[in-house]
Amino acid sequence: MSNKVLETIGLTKYFYEPAKFKVLDSISMSVDHGEFVSIEGKSGCGKSTLLYLLSTMDTDYEGKVLIHEEEVTGKSDVDLARIRNEKIGFVFQFHYLLSEYNVLKNVMLPGLKLANLSEEEVEHQAMEHLKTLDMQDQALKMPNQLSGGQKQRVAIARALINNPLIIMGDEPTGNLDKRNSDMVFDIFKRLTKEHNQTLLVVTHDNEFAQRTDRIITMEDGKIIV
Amino acid sequence: MNYKLILNIALHLLGARLKQTVVAAVGVTFGIAMFISLVSFMNGMNDLLDGLMLNRTPHVRLYNEIKPVENQPVSLSEQYKNNINFINSIKPKDRGKAIYNSKTIIKVLHEDKRVLDVAPKVVTPVFFHSGTIELSGVINGIDIIGEENLFKFSDYITEGSITDLEQNNSIIIGSGLARKMMLTVGDIIKVTTPKGNLVLLKIVGISQIGITEIDDMMSTTSISTAQKILGEATNYMTDIQLNLHDITTAPQLANEYRLKFDLDAIDYQTTNSQFETGSTIRSIISYSVGVVLLIVAGFGIYNILNMMIYEKMDSIAILKATGFSGNDVKWIFIFLSLIIGISGGVLGLVFGYIFSNIIDVIPFNMASLPTTETFPVNYNPVFYVIGITFAVVTTTIAGLLPALKAGKIDPVEIIRGK
Repeated sequence: MSNKVLETIGLTKYFYEPAKFKVLDSISMSVDHGEFVSIEGKSGCGKSTLLYLLSTMDTDYEGKVLIHEEEVTGKSDVDLARIRNEKIGFVFQFHYLLSEYNVLKNVMLPGLKLANLSEEEVEHQAMEHLKTLDMQDQALKMPNQLSGGQKQRVAIARALINNPLIIMGDEPTGNLDKRNSDMVFDIFKRLTKEHNQTLLVVTHDNEFAQRTDRIITMEDGKIIV
Repeated sequence: MNYKLILNIALHLLGARLKQTVVAAVGVTFGIAMFISLVSFMNGMNDLLDGLMLNRTPHVRLYNEIKPVENQPVSLSEQYKNNINFINSIKPKDRGKAIYNSKTIIKVLHEDKRVLDVAPKVVTPVFFHSGTIELSGVINGIDIIGEENLFKFSDYITEGSITDLEQNNSIIIGSGLARKMMLTVGDIIKVTTPKGNLVLLKIVGISQIGITEIDDMMSTTSISTAQKILGEATNYMTDIQLNLHDITTAPQLANEYRLKFDLDAIDYQTTNSQFETGSTIRSIISYSVGVVLLIVAGFGIYNILNMMIYEKMDSIAILKATGFSGNDVKWIFIFLSLIIGISGGVLGLVFGYIFSNIIDVIPFNMASLPTTETFPVNYNPVFYVIGITFAVVTTTIAGLLPALKAGKIDPVEIIRGK
C-alpha cells in the first residue's frame, strides 16, 4: 500500500462570478502519511480554494481528487459527508463551535455522528483529546466562556475525535496573537511527531510555513515550488 | 441515519431560541384550541338544531296517503290494452287513513333484524274547546314505550310525565295550546273529533317541542285513548314509525316496505334534506376557520425557522464540514418544526378542551328549547384527532421549505466569508 494520503491530478477550477476566471490551473500534488505540509501564497492565489476542493466540500471542479488511493470525485453528498466525518479533521480560522453545546459535547459531535463507538467511549476519547491539549478543566464550560486560544484548541480536539487520516487547516492561526499562534503550531508539531498525524495547513503567515516539513507555494492558481 | 443525535441537535437549537420557539408554538396552540372549541361548539349546536326536527322524524314512516289509484280500471282491461286512453276528472279515492292488517305488519317489522324499534301511531285532526274558544289541532295517539324509545318524548315535556298518559282519557297538550286557552295541568279539555264525537280529556302534562307551529297544534295521548275517541278498534292506526340500526339504509328499506306492504313509505333523508344541507354548511364554515388559523400559524413557523437558519448558518456549515450530510441537516430542521407542531398541537388540544368546557357551562336559555340550559358542545374525539393531524401536517409543510434550504447551504461559502 502506498503512503499517499492525498493526491490530486490536474485540478482545474473556474469562478464564474463576476466573469469566468480560472482560479486553479491543473494542479497535481500529493501528501504522504505523517507529513506536515503548508500551502503558502498571497491572498487570492487560490490556496483556500484548493483546500476546499481537497476537503470534498466543493465539488465543482475538473480533475481528480484521491483520498487514501480512493477517488472521491463524483461521489454523492452522503458519501462525501461520510468521508469528511471519518477521514478528515478541520480547523478553520474561526472556531465554529456550536454555542448551544458545552466544550465536551462540541468535541464529541463528529464522533457521535460516526457512531462507531458508544456514547461513553466517544466521551472518553473526547476527554483524552482535551487532556492532551490541556483543556480538560474547561470541558463542561460553554464556548462563549473561553478565550480565543482556548476555543481554537477545542476546535483542534474536535478535528481529532475520529482519528482522521488528515487534518486540514485554513489559516488556523489567523485570528490568534503570537503566543496563541505558537501554541497551536506546537500542538500541530507534537501531533505529527508523537502520533504521526498528517497535516495540511493553508496559511499566509510565512513564519508559520517556514517551520513545517514541506511548503507548497502557490501563485495565480499554480504551484510554483 | 442517527435520529437520536439529530433530534438532540434540534432540541439544542430550539433551546437557544426558546422565546421564538414558544411564540411559534403558541401560534399553533391558539389555532388548534380555537379549531377544537369552534368545531365542538358548532357540532354541538348542529346536534341540537338537528335534534329539534330530526329527533321528531322516524327513519322510515309507513302511512296511507290519499291519492288517486294509479292503475285505473281501463288500463287493466285486455280489450283496450293497445289503445291510448284518456281519463278526465280522476278523483282520489279515500281508502281511509287506517293501515290495513296493521298488527301483522308490526309483527313482521319486529322480526326484521335491520329494524331497531317500531312505534305505531294514530294521528287525527280535532277541534279543542275551552269555554267559547274553539281551536283546530292534532291529536297524536302514541305507543308510550315505543315513542319514548324512538324520540325521547319525555325530553320535551315541561310539566307532568309521559307515564301519566297511561291513565284513561288523559292528554298532554302543546305549550302554545295551553297558553292560548289558559289551561294548566289538571284542567279538563273538550275535544271534537272529525266524526263529530265530543269527548272530555284530562290534561296531565304540557309539552314543548320548540317549534311554535307544532306547539300551537299538537297534543299527545295514548294510542288506546285515541282509538277510543275515534270509536275505532284496537287495530286502527294511521302511521307506523321505524328506527333502524343503520340510518343510511332508510331509503332502500322504505322502498322495500312500500312494495311489500302496499303502503306509502318515506325515509329520513327525503324528509330532512334541507336540514342536512344546513349542517353541512355549518361544518364547512367551522373547518375552514380552523384551517385558516392553522395556515397563519404555519406562516409563523416558516418565518421563525427561516430566521433560525440565517442565525445558525455557522452551525450548519460546521455540521456539514464535520460529516453531516445535507439530508441530516434537512432532518434537523424538519424535527424542529415537528417539535413545535406537536408540542403546540397537544397544548392546543388541552386548551381546546378547556375552552369547550367553558362554553359548555355558559347559560343558554331559549324559550323554544326547554331542556337546554347551557350552550351545547360535542366532545367528539374525532375532532381532536383531526386537530393534531392538522397541526402536524401544517407545521411539517411550513418547516419543509426552510429545511430544504438549510440542506442545500454550501458550507464553503460560509466558511470562506469569515
